[in-house]
Amino acid sequence: MGAIIDNVLVSDKANLDVFSGTLQNLAELDRDIVVVTSDSRGSGKLGPFGQKFPAQIVEIGIAEQNLVGVAAGLASAGKKVFAVSPACFLTARALEQIKNDVAYSDNPVKLIGISAGVSYGALGTTHHSLHDFAVLRAVNNITVVAPADNFETEQAIAQAANSNHPFYLRFGKKVMPALPTDIDNSFSFVKGRIIREGKDLTIIGTGETVYPAWQAAEKLEQDYNIQATVISMHTIKPLDYELLARVAATGKPIITVEEHSVYGGLGEACASFLLQHNYHNPFKIMGIPDEYTVTGSQNEIFNHYGLSESGIADTALKILKQKH
Amino acid sequence: MTPKELALKSIGYRKNILKYIYGANAGHTGGSLSCIDILNVLYNHTLNVGPDNFKSPDRDRYIQSKGHCVEALFVVLADKGFFPESDLETLCRYKSHYIGHPTRKVNGVEQNTGALGHGLPISVGTALAAKMDNKAYRVFTLLGDGELPEGSNWEAALTAAHYKLDNLTAIIDHNKLQITGRTSDVCNTDPIDLKFESFGWAVRHVDGHDFKMLQETLDELPFTDSKPSLIIAHTVKGKGISYMEDELKWHHGVPNKQQYAQAIEELDNAVATL
Repeated sequence: MGAIIDNVLVSDKANLDVFSGTLQNLAELDRDIVVVTSDSRGSGKLGPFGQKFPAQIVEIGIAEQNLVGVAAGLASAGKKVFAVSPACFLTARALEQIKNDVAYSDNPVKLIGISAGVSYGALGTTHHSLHDFAVLRAVNNITVVAPADNFETEQAIAQAANSNHPFYLRFGKKVMPALPTDIDNSFSFVKGRIIREGKDLTIIGTGETVYPAWQAAEKLEQDYNIQATVISMHTIKPLDYELLARVAATGKPIITVEEHSVYGGLGEACASFLLQHNYHNPFKIMGIPDEYTVTGSQNEIFNHYGLSESGIADTALKILKQKH
Repeated sequence: MTPKELALKSIGYRKNILKYIYGANAGHTGGSLSCIDILNVLYNHTLNVGPDNFKSPDRDRYIQSKGHCVEALFVVLADKGFFPESDLETLCRYKSHYIGHPTRKVNGVEQNTGALGHGLPISVGTALAAKMDNKAYRVFTLLGDGELPEGSNWEAALTAAHYKLDNLTAIIDHNKLQITGRTSDVCNTDPIDLKFESFGWAVRHVDGHDFKMLQETLDELPFTDSKPSLIIAHTVKGKGISYMEDELKWHHGVPNKQQYAQAIEELDNAVATL
């Protein structure tokens, strides 16, 4: 599958590939762009970057705390730093460095969590990041972003590169089909992107769950004539409260879908806003439950927990049957 | 500045450290007194940094890893004119930026520190940026001996040597005491010199209260081309106040009125001995 952009068929790629390609384009024009890696240039798809810009890549070795501390030092001296490491290690082992050296000191490091969520599938819980939204939402002064498709990824990287403040961006490894841009073809942080509009309910996804949310909405229309709005809430923090209030004002059900623990992520962020602003829409958080995560590939884990076309559609049917 | 002039300055710094800790009824007294002579020589002899060039990308950087001894840093920064000394009357008060650890809200502070084991990795990144940009500025960081077991220090020590950062100097305030007791009893890190040498650093020992020796040692940086430098400064916790020296309880002990008066009297008397 591909997208037609400016009459050119663009093949879909993994967001990670788009990240590395975008960074390469930026580095071409800006010698202050620096990538810092922890033996992760291969998994970050940064091999070609390293070959083309050997003076703009810093290898730390497998030492994530040091990766983030060094990145903060580089950023404080004027470098536009992308610190790239698997999301699971970056946001857990180096959390104190993220909190103090990056966020608290306001050193403008762009932390790139690669192979995020359950992208590593059968490698197991050590390699999953189902906590990163939760922990980083509680850290002041960092924008938390999970782009859904190649377009959002490219925009997010380009815009983050020119910001003077800290960011955390997470990507998966899976090829991500382009989402429709007919309603909203723009991208800016903290503005949720409306992928599809419908009157019966709203499904809010983030990152790699937006696509199955959109598929579920298409299925609901085809099979049940149910019209769903789908939102890509790429920025988890700060959250687009305005958009949330707008969809909540319809009184229709809201479902959130994330590749993250059901604790502390997108869903609870939305729930917190809704309750504190007296919106009482039927509401469901879909994500990875608080249990020993089922083993399997990313797709199998998604299917197991219902983060799939049919799983999300079933949840929508159930919530629509609830009395409210 | 001559060693004698520096010695006189340190007496004034010690009086101010005690004055503001006494006023705030909080602070890390012992460690601030052990590292103050090092900061004195850095800011009055070695570093090309002051209020006039603090925004310059070419300034030398000082990053205090042992952030809890912020009172020593504040007193020196005030003396250098980064802010009015009277600001320190708000130390640890509600809404003051002069809190118990360094933050960039205070003019002259390079990085927010306080959690241990953070100064060296940030300093490595800053020194690496200088190398990438062919800039001549140097980076200095002060570590406590008690924070050496933090693994991030050793990760950063490897990186500093790997990238041949001879523009980086780490100084260990080796007062040999930490909050629980002797550093050698809590977690023995000896021999510090051999460990860093094996990591690829050039190492020197100094008496951290000998101004001439500190000046001469800092003048010889880098000790070896293409190697980061480590200065192990042998110091005394609570240095300069008879009843505080090498006494564990002064890690963050605050003097009472009578103790404060005695400390000031001892420091006033010390002027005559110079």
